Amino acid sequence: MSLDFGSIYSFIVGFLPEGLEWVAFIIAAGALSFLVINVMMLSTAVYTWFERRTLGRFQNRLGPNRWGPFGILQPIADLVKLITKEDTTPDEADRWVMTFAPLVLVVPTLLVVAVIPFGTDSFLGRLNIGILFVLGVTSVNTIAIFMAGWGSANKYAMLGAMRGVAMLVSYEVPMALGVVGVVILSGSLALFDIVEMQAVPFLLVQPLGFLIFVAAASAEMSRTPFDQIEAESELGSGYNTEYSGIKFAILFLAEFMAPIITALIITTLFLGGTRGFDPIPGQVWFVLKTFVVIFALLWVRATWPRLRVDQIMGFAWKGLFALSLVNIFVIAAQVVILQDDAGNISATSLWIMAAINWVITIAAIVATAKILGQRRLERPAPTPSPLANMYAEAD
Amino acid sequence: MYGLSMVKGLGVTMKNLVTPGRMFTVNQYPDRKVSIFGLAKINNQNPVSFAVKQPGQAFKALVGLASVPDRQYQHPRFRGEEFSWYENRCTGCASCAKYCPLGIIKIVTDPAKTDIQEGDKYFLEVFDIDIGRCMFCGLCVEACPYDALHMGSGFEEGRYKRADLVIDKARLVASPKRPSHWYRPQLAAAQEYNPLEGDEADWREVHRHEKPSLTEQQNRWGQR
Repeated sequence: MSLDFGSIYSFIVGFLPEGLEWVAFIIAAGALSFLVINVMMLSTAVYTWFERRTLGRFQNRLGPNRWGPFGILQPIADLVKLITKEDTTPDEADRWVMTFAPLVLVVPTLLVVAVIPFGTDSFLGRLNIGILFVLGVTSVNTIAIFMAGWGSANKYAMLGAMRGVAMLVSYEVPMALGVVGVVILSGSLALFDIVEMQAVPFLLVQPLGFLIFVAAASAEMSRTPFDQIEAESELGSGYNTEYSGIKFAILFLAEFMAPIITALIITTLFLGGTRGFDPIPGQVWFVLKTFVVIFALLWVRATWPRLRVDQIMGFAWKGLFALSLVNIFVIAAQVVILQDDAGNISATSLWIMAAINWVITIAAIVATAKILGQRRLERPAPTPSPLANMYAEAD
Repeated sequence: MYGLSMVKGLGVTMKNLVTPGRMFTVNQYPDRKVSIFGLAKINNQNPVSFAVKQPGQAFKALVGLASVPDRQYQHPRFRGEEFSWYENRCTGCASCAKYCPLGIIKIVTDPAKTDIQEGDKYFLEVFDIDIGRCMFCGLCVEACPYDALHMGSGFEEGRYKRADLVIDKARLVASPKRPSHWYRPQLAAAQEYNPLEGDEADWREVHRHEKPSLTEQQNRWGQR
């Protein structure tokens, strides 16, 4: 019996009398949800340790190393500390909004896992609009962040949330348009079909789409270099300033779960998901690729500084948006030319597309850099302040 | 241009990640985790023979649970808490209390009448140092004419109440006699004394001058 919804359901239905299928449905769905949620929570806990530890090494520090071997029990200590802390709410706060914001943030993040094809199929059945589901569900976090900022009645939280909403809404556009290239190429919205199509990983076939999607997705998970929402040096702690105790723990959980989810989606869309070489099973390939993506995201976080607000919005609308339109046009033209009569694209055609697209990608990046680069950002000549000669004129 | 400097930045951080021995300034107080190689090196063995001789320690080191104490070298001018006070050297002259800029040393004395032969000294009824208000200037130590009071080596003296920060005579007697080298060049010159390791310093070891023997004193005072 394999571990997916259909087989568990049919297994339980065998024991039940006629007319009680809904019991089997509830049991199967509950068991799988329990499994998926707990696996995600645990891997997030391990990931917090991994991130803090690796970030420490990147910055010539040690990171948490006191409890357990190499400090691996640190997440448990964090959790105990956060649970036993007093859960404060400001007097002026909008209590319901503030209380539900962490849940609204964390539930969509967990929902995404339902459609990721970990094996030959995803846990909760073959959803044939998988990528649409992912894009729709992840965009809910905009609302959650604004709820947190609004509900906590704090100026810093409100500022962070408003900046966050502006940024997240802007980056949804290039993210969705970056996915369109994948969808055109694979001819399907279902994630398992997209994996099926990747005889050549889409990272090689459309590097431009990959770069756009990674940039937009790392903005969506709002970490450095796109952490306008938190901006510790400017906004206190941004939208979670007023949170403490278990509510902050859930916010923290969602924040650290985002890179894992992003890595899962990137692996599925661009790195060929479970495809790999034969002796090693597909699940292992999937985990390995996900880990590489997570490490790359962490590496970027450890290196690049935070961008300014205007730089971030300019990068989204002037840079990524234009590049994603170019990407869609190029991929669509290539698919129209290279597909055979049945509408399929062979592996040879994919390699040809890869060769062309790498050239186009480099040219597009160079052109974008020429147009948006440093020379356009030169400072204007300083104008004297009208107050500078205030006393001179009085003479 | 073209984002190449960003790629270069990635290279810089990666170089910091993979370069070994990059954290040479890190001191892991109070103890540090050691690998099996480090543990074998401390015991002057090679890792294989160490693992054969002490499999329990080797296993602990392999799962990352073995630790050895790690502490910073104590600077000669370190002025720690828990003053090292030698009752045998103290005459109760109260110079320390007079020189204290904050007036936080409280001394109550009584003529002891125990040592009339060598000149009488005082018995201390009360000797309180309120280190909650102390600024560790060390003037009391400089003022002490008989080297009875020394700066200590302790630094883990946190307390939950302010009243517990007052070091009374009983605590001063009981406190570890590990005087710092601060303003005591004779301690720094004595190579065998180390505030961090070895035995505590006896009252006879911390003097600045040799105490003359009884015959010497008799000769000296007799000639006079």
